[in-house]
Amino acid sequence: MRKLACVLVGVLTLVALAGASSAKLSKQDQILHALNRLTYGPRPGDVEAVEQLGLKKWIDLQLHPDRIPENPVLAAKLAPLESLRISQADAARNYPNPQLLRAIAAGREKMPEDPLTRAAVERMLRRFKTKKGAPEEEILDPAVPLEALVTPAQIKTLRTGTLEQRREVLSSVPEDKWDELAIAMPAGLRGQSMPAASEELRRKLLLMNAPQAMIAFDLSEGKLYRAIYSNRQLQEQLVDFWYNHFNVFLEKGADRMMVPTYERESIRPFVLGKFRDLLSATAKSPAMLFYLDNWESVAPEAANARNKGKKSTRGLNENYGRELLELHTLGVDGGYTQKDVTEVARCFTGWTIRQPREGGDFFFNDRIHDKGEKVVLGVKIPAGGGKQDAEKVLDILANHPSTAKFISKKLAQRFVSDNPPPKLIDKMAKTFRSKHGDIAEVLKTMFNADEFYAQTIYRAKVKTPLEMIVSAVRATGADVDFAFPLANQIAQLGQPLYRKLEPTGYSNTSNEWLNSAGLLARMNFGLALAQNKIVGAKVEPMKWDGTPAEIGRRLVLVDLSPQTLEAIEQAVDKAAIPPPAPVAGKKAAPKPPPVSVAGLVLGSPEFQRR
Amino acid sequence: MFSRRLFLKGSGIALYGAATGAGLAPGWLARAAEATNPSRKKVLVAVFQRGAVDGLNMVVPFGEPAYYQLRPNLALPKPNSKEGSALDLDGFFGLHPSLAPLKAMFDSNALAIVDAVGSPDPTRSHFDAQDYMESGTPGRKATGDGWLNRCLVSTAASTGSPVRAVSMGAELARALRGVNPALAVNNLGEFKVRDEAGASTFETMYAATLDKAMQETGRDTFDAVKMLQAVQKQTYVPANGGKYPGGALGRNLQQIAQLIKADIGLEVAFTDVGGWDTHVNEIGATPAQGQLSNLLKDFGAALAAFYQDMGDRMSDVVLATMSEFGRTAKENGNRGTDHGHANVMFAFGGGIRGGKVYGEWPGLAPNQLYENRDLAVTTDFRDVLGELVVRHLGNQNISSVFPGYSRPRFRGLIGT
Repeated sequence: MRKLACVLVGVLTLVALAGASSAKLSKQDQILHALNRLTYGPRPGDVEAVEQLGLKKWIDLQLHPDRIPENPVLAAKLAPLESLRISQADAARNYPNPQLLRAIAAGREKMPEDPLTRAAVERMLRRFKTKKGAPEEEILDPAVPLEALVTPAQIKTLRTGTLEQRREVLSSVPEDKWDELAIAMPAGLRGQSMPAASEELRRKLLLMNAPQAMIAFDLSEGKLYRAIYSNRQLQEQLVDFWYNHFNVFLEKGADRMMVPTYERESIRPFVLGKFRDLLSATAKSPAMLFYLDNWESVAPEAANARNKGKKSTRGLNENYGRELLELHTLGVDGGYTQKDVTEVARCFTGWTIRQPREGGDFFFNDRIHDKGEKVVLGVKIPAGGGKQDAEKVLDILANHPSTAKFISKKLAQRFVSDNPPPKLIDKMAKTFRSKHGDIAEVLKTMFNADEFYAQTIYRAKVKTPLEMIVSAVRATGADVDFAFPLANQIAQLGQPLYRKLEPTGYSNTSNEWLNSAGLLARMNFGLALAQNKIVGAKVEPMKWDGTPAEIGRRLVLVDLSPQTLEAIEQAVDKAAIPPPAPVAGKKAAPKPPPVSVAGLVLGSPEFQRR
Repeated sequence: MFSRRLFLKGSGIALYGAATGAGLAPGWLARAAEATNPSRKKVLVAVFQRGAVDGLNMVVPFGEPAYYQLRPNLALPKPNSKEGSALDLDGFFGLHPSLAPLKAMFDSNALAIVDAVGSPDPTRSHFDAQDYMESGTPGRKATGDGWLNRCLVSTAASTGSPVRAVSMGAELARALRGVNPALAVNNLGEFKVRDEAGASTFETMYAATLDKAMQETGRDTFDAVKMLQAVQKQTYVPANGGKYPGGALGRNLQQIAQLIKADIGLEVAFTDVGGWDTHVNEIGATPAQGQLSNLLKDFGAALAAFYQDMGDRMSDVVLATMSEFGRTAKENGNRGTDHGHANVMFAFGGGIRGGKVYGEWPGLAPNQLYENRDLAVTTDFRDVLGELVVRHLGNQNISSVFPGYSRPRFRGLIGT
């Protein structure tokens, strides 16, 4: 009975849609389309599952991720990624960066307590003091020498053996010796051991390499595991979308410590909530305050008073104010002036962060706040408003029609089309305004719109590098137990995770990703994944039984174009020609290597679109 | 009149009909052959010293007494016959002795130096200052593209070489991002589909696809692959006895030289070299030794090798160096220097009138320093790069290369 109701709803939806647009997708195509747009690519069985549940209901569930039971595999994958769960103050302590190192060297900070971190810090201090002068052995100086943990033959195997052989050596070392092993290994050997190490040992090796790099490592791994394994796919897409919208560059100084907290506390909880909350959370985040320099923006008169007449070295900094208007809310054509930028910056003076040693949290410093009257977008903000000045600015911006339009367009660009139909943007912007910036409602409007199911937008978006890599992993059903090499691949394709330098974030349109180096990297990745050459991702080779047409359909879920199919079939035929019989006295011609049909499909034009 | 055969003959590409066995000119060559502009392209090579090099010890103002007061440990001795003293350029400025190979280029009027050059933006953040110098828009963070990309005159996509713009390294440099196609090349030999059977299948597949955007990108990709593969197929021997040092900068400049000589349409190239953030132990036992000295040795040798290797071809090529900001005029307590303001740039090749230190020296006396601590900026870095864009590359549209840069004050590095 329930099933019948589902089918009925489906049919009714179809009928409703049919009236609106003559060039709409078939029911089957709608499901694939939605999977391609709301997720990081369909896994085997996903289409059938959505079919059974009903498309509308599935979309509704994706809009309410708390109702979707999470994949238990994911929790296990995320468990070791400690730096993603701790506060930024703890991150700074547990994963010391060069500044902290300098402070420890000068006796201003304590040594870390964790023995392995302490060893890493001690080593870095020795290196720091000698600065390139000392040979590695001197910097290493382990309490237990490497030779006491592994034999010389084993060391040789670690340097030159196969992955399997290296794995064997490492697993022969008892767990309680792993700290000592990580401490005793020189840098080169650590690198060679990493792909063969268990997750736990690998983290110890990484920590010895460079403690502060652990955070970047955990961030990339966490993002990839969630994208690959989470059942709450739309939520993960949106975390990526909103992080990118409120982009922070991981490698700007202290942001290295702040980004995990930023994503966890300022982005993730709000991705389907109210836009105003997202705006507020990012505005107050130390990561953003630092990235766009608002933490050091000072009212001119406060700066002058402090410097007693000397030429001020600090003053008003407009960077955040400008990007808040241009990139976060109104859009560049949203109807603001340079004067508005300055006024917004004045309102935000005093929104700063505490000293790193005091935790580095957000706080309002009234002493450097501009106390005068301001006028933002024609609205008067009376003198003496203190911290509330900036809150008022956020209210004005969140409720501005330009914001509704700008955000709607950007969402539509990401989920619908590089050039979304104005009618669709209008519908979404209307919802944005009537529902007070409720993001889930705006998305619902978008996913229910006829425009979302138009034939013209079907499989028309070029996958971003992140989408390409993750969709390939999902389509092949690869098991990933070391995700970082995939992050390196994504960087090769042109989208280093958390490392978009400009506050614009990565583009949501296709042009950004159509370039020679990126396309080559896509082809190389496709072949490497299918041939099991990507460290950390394991594909079952038996999945590749069948004709090229069958394999293509299995991976792309639509028929390959005749052109692509022909190119692959030619390659298969060519490889099938037996090598010429060996002539007496000459070596036999080598057998041509087997053609990786799956690799060719993953690198094909078809697989680059969603 | 430009003839296709002439073009092919004069180009390293003639090699690769044989290399691929196809005997067919790639799409780009055929298209380029129809192009109307036959002139050999001008090339601009940008070298970025990331980390903020200590320009005051790179080009030493030994004629400035304050230099010696501010740097009791770090200052390089005035030019004299002894080892480790500055190499006299013009009686006021001297080169760090580790840059000796560049001294000869200065003396032969090849190398021009611009001093007290930098960004109008006051930031002392590496991140922001590099960003501004590469985007070419100081103070503006949201600029999406880089000046080196914008200085390529937009042509119809159908006539541009797929290797017009190359940045050495795994990721495309900020300066080269933008609408004009640009390649990130870590190593010429690695720019290909690694699996040979896969390569030819992908080429067929992308050539045949009805997906127009993919077809076009695929065509450019395989054109570029063939060009780069052909270029690196032959063992490269630098000309005129040029000897590149072993480090990454030497390797990158050698590959850029290789690309220029192959005549495959390169117009701009970018490479960087790091390690200049010398807060601690900038010098060794003497000011002419230690970290900075080692870095400069490699730097000077690489630039000089490029100059020598390019030989006569250098008349088409200008190489310019830059760094995000300078370092404090006063040394710090760790035998190093901290983040400062103005710095020094080098340029040679093309029509550059070398043998001169350009710019206005602002002085190092307390009242002459920027914010009481740094060498002041008297030349905007865009005055230098802008002049190269206009007078070397011939792109007159300076306001689109450097948006918001309203009053160029070219220093006359190139005669008009």
